[in-house]
Amino acid sequence: MNTTETRSANTSVTQAATSNAALRAPSSIDQEFVAEIVTRAMRAGASDAEAVYADGDEFEVEVRMGEVETLKESGSRALGLRVFIGQRTASTSTSDLSEEGIERLVSGAVALAAVTSEDPFVGLPEKESFGAIPGDLELFHEDVYSLPAQERIEYARRAEAAALAYDPRIANSKGGSFGASTGRKILANSRGFVGEYRTSYCSIAAQPIAQAPDGAMQRDYWYTDARSLRLLGSPEAVGQEAARRALRRLGARKVKTQRVPLVFAPEIAPSILSEVLHAVNGDAVYRNASFLAGKLGETIAAANITIVDDGTVPGRFGTKPFDGEGLPTRRTMVLERGVLQSYLLNTYTARKLNLHSTGNASRGLAGTPGIGAGNFYLEPGTETQQQILAAIPSGLYVTELLGHGGNIVTGDYSCGASGLWIENGELAYPVEEITIAGNMKEMLHNIAAIGSDLIFYGSVACPTIRIDGMTIAGE
Amino acid sequence: MPRTVPSAVPNAQSNGISSAASHPANETRATRQFFYERLGLSDRLLERCLSEALSAGGDYADLYFEYVTASSLGLDESLVKSASQGISAGCGIRVVSGERTGYAYTDDLSADRLLRAARTAAYIANGPAKQPIAGFTESVAPSLYPIAGSSVDAEVSAKLELLQRADRAARAYDARIVQVRASFADELRRILVVASDGSFAADTQPMARCNVFVIAKDGENTTRGSSGGGGRVMMNFFLTEKTPEYFAVEAARQAVLQLSAVPAPAGEMEVVLGPGWPGILLHEAVGHGLEADFNRKKTSAFAGLIGQMVASPKVTVVDNGVMPNRRGSLNVDDEGSPTQETVLIENGVLKGYLSDKLSARLMGIADTGNGRRESYQHIPMPRMTNTYMLSGEDAPEDIVRSVKRGLYAVNFGGGQVDITNGKFVFSASEAYLIEDGKITAPVKNATLIGNGPEALKYVSMVGNDLALDEGVGTCGKAGQSVPVGVGMPTIKLDKMTVGGTGN
Repeated sequence: MNTTETRSANTSVTQAATSNAALRAPSSIDQEFVAEIVTRAMRAGASDAEAVYADGDEFEVEVRMGEVETLKESGSRALGLRVFIGQRTASTSTSDLSEEGIERLVSGAVALAAVTSEDPFVGLPEKESFGAIPGDLELFHEDVYSLPAQERIEYARRAEAAALAYDPRIANSKGGSFGASTGRKILANSRGFVGEYRTSYCSIAAQPIAQAPDGAMQRDYWYTDARSLRLLGSPEAVGQEAARRALRRLGARKVKTQRVPLVFAPEIAPSILSEVLHAVNGDAVYRNASFLAGKLGETIAAANITIVDDGTVPGRFGTKPFDGEGLPTRRTMVLERGVLQSYLLNTYTARKLNLHSTGNASRGLAGTPGIGAGNFYLEPGTETQQQILAAIPSGLYVTELLGHGGNIVTGDYSCGASGLWIENGELAYPVEEITIAGNMKEMLHNIAAIGSDLIFYGSVACPTIRIDGMTIAGE
Repeated sequence: MPRTVPSAVPNAQSNGISSAASHPANETRATRQFFYERLGLSDRLLERCLSEALSAGGDYADLYFEYVTASSLGLDESLVKSASQGISAGCGIRVVSGERTGYAYTDDLSADRLLRAARTAAYIANGPAKQPIAGFTESVAPSLYPIAGSSVDAEVSAKLELLQRADRAARAYDARIVQVRASFADELRRILVVASDGSFAADTQPMARCNVFVIAKDGENTTRGSSGGGGRVMMNFFLTEKTPEYFAVEAARQAVLQLSAVPAPAGEMEVVLGPGWPGILLHEAVGHGLEADFNRKKTSAFAGLIGQMVASPKVTVVDNGVMPNRRGSLNVDDEGSPTQETVLIENGVLKGYLSDKLSARLMGIADTGNGRRESYQHIPMPRMTNTYMLSGEDAPEDIVRSVKRGLYAVNFGGGQVDITNGKFVFSASEAYLIEDGKITAPVKNATLIGNGPEALKYVSMVGNDLALDEGVGTCGKAGQSVPVGVGMPTIKLDKMTVGGTGN
């Protein structure tokens, strides 16, 4: 496509920015509206009730080979209701906020609760446990929508262009993107809790494709994301890093089946840590469906391992003022020097285990509350990644995992992987089409080194870690 | 963000539709009537929205209306612990200009909001306004899944009875079964798609699924097992064809079996895959790589390989959206186009891609009716429906007997593929060692890894026992989930890498 057309596309999109405000979800819905849903449920026969409202806007532009490919812009909103009739409970949700829609939400929930069983552990949290973290948690920044549309497109275009310009072997691309979104959540219940918070998010990403002379292709990606535009990295840095990552995969080979030390880069290590997160989830624990069930107070990992969940750190992706049941979020020591100190619990799972909620209830619109992490991380060590690699004569530096190979019940772990071979302490050549396998119970004891490079790419963060004793399956 | 909510006990509003006869034209009419009468749409309003969508030029515009009622019931520790229902409705408006797509959606279906969304989507184009074709031509679709008798119209008590039967059967299977969870989820999705090219389609799509998850415990040894199934089936399916006992016993059997599992082997070896769900191999190894969008952009490892041998001559793979009652089937796709059976690989030769309207136009190929989307909040793209390999001539027992040392894998968890380098994985949840032609010890969970354009060249035997999966597959692509089916006969791959820890 010629440049004139490109420019005209930009111009037309500028108008889209002005339209954005019009498409945003109406702000007429407030805490009073949500509390009224609770009141209506009580009037309809509920002995307790909890209503949740969520709305949000999203903007996303994808650019491919320099041209705008998709542009998406919209807003939506919906309501969820959970009712209790004695020790029975049910829930409903709807995107239809008309009087008729709300009437059906309420009457449907009350009718449905009658078919469920009495469960002595069911119910809202105790009144004294409600609350929210005070002060500004820096979760919402209006600036994610402040860019003119043309500049948003430019962000996406610049990220992709930087990747394409990085090396002649980057000849194709799955595109560059810029996205922004905001959301609002209101929670109210019949025991007097009402709370509300807003969040914002923006990101820039690039997905270039590197091609070897023999035609073999490798893709990779990189991104920057933040709750405020001010905190985003530059599109150029994103594009260049994405290109560097794709290029270093060219010429990847398979290696022999063997047992060597594995080093997980900080962008991939959170995937391993997530296995622990799933295993300390109270839902899995009370059902005996976790390899960590019944292990509180026991040493389950090497003495260098400390894992924390903290939903209170301002600005982070896992931070919230209150959890999905209206309890203030908190800092929970999950593992301290290898000893299992706490599970992550909501009210129901805490009652089942005769413990207290850790403020980790997560609430979608539908269904009963689940459990979600705040900011879940492994405490950093003191070594640099280079020092960790330097100690390994032969091993694998894992940069990508493929599949979902963890079994939380047994702790067995087996996953597709690619990465870079470590030879005499240095990264030597790319490796692919192999699997890595072990058992989490042993892997946690075999974390032989922890890096100092803790970076919160998301709400689960883990510095570079070295794990010994795992099996690579290859040729 | 509101999504299609997992829930949906029948509400009064579904009764009007269910009384429609199963003649396809009647069903289309009933669905259209639902949108017109209940949601206030009219030919006039749809035409206005399309005009607005093309007000800045653009080659094509479409409106996708969706109304989903969903419900779920959960039995846990022999108690009915969860019951939920939900409604999700909205409209997505798309404008295509060259290779550019503008998209906006709204969950408020008032004329004012619809026109606003149309205007937002329109900004992708920049030119003089165009007019949509006047009048609509209704597409006549087959009826692959009658609505009358679907589970959304069944009494809640009837569904609870299914769950209680599953609970009893799983516990009765073995004293070591210590936890049983059973769930029943169903939904009724109504769609209406109209486009500036004059096409008009309406469809009502039922979906139901029963799942059982168990934990077995023997001393310190704890294992899990799960099973489930369903599709675009009637309630009767769970009473006669696949009963709750069938799923419960299957889940319990797997969990108990795992109590005696040995570590899976590690490295390259001969692998025999059982019939049915192991067809996920095809979904990952070739299916995604043949979706037209990846090939149009040349980001797939299969790009440019049409007409070439990409598999053993024994391998023929199809994608078939027109199988009655299957989870991946659709009368029309989410662009309103009729679905069909598409040959992907014939006797080892790559034949074609799976396409939607956009890729068909830009690549000059036929639209295969594979344009799908998760909901009105999502832009459609080429997706699979039911993907399977046709039967060959080998007896399954001969296939196992031919293996000196290898793996026999009959059940899998999920899979994933990197379509650019072709590497794919899928995780075996039930597998056994094969030693000297005999199936021996069960092994622990292990991931299998291979290279898409290469893996099927190692298929040396194809069984005569094609089976389709039970109806549990959900496929994710670019953040969008859609229900799919897979299938395969027993096959032998001479070489594949098994990701265990043993020798």
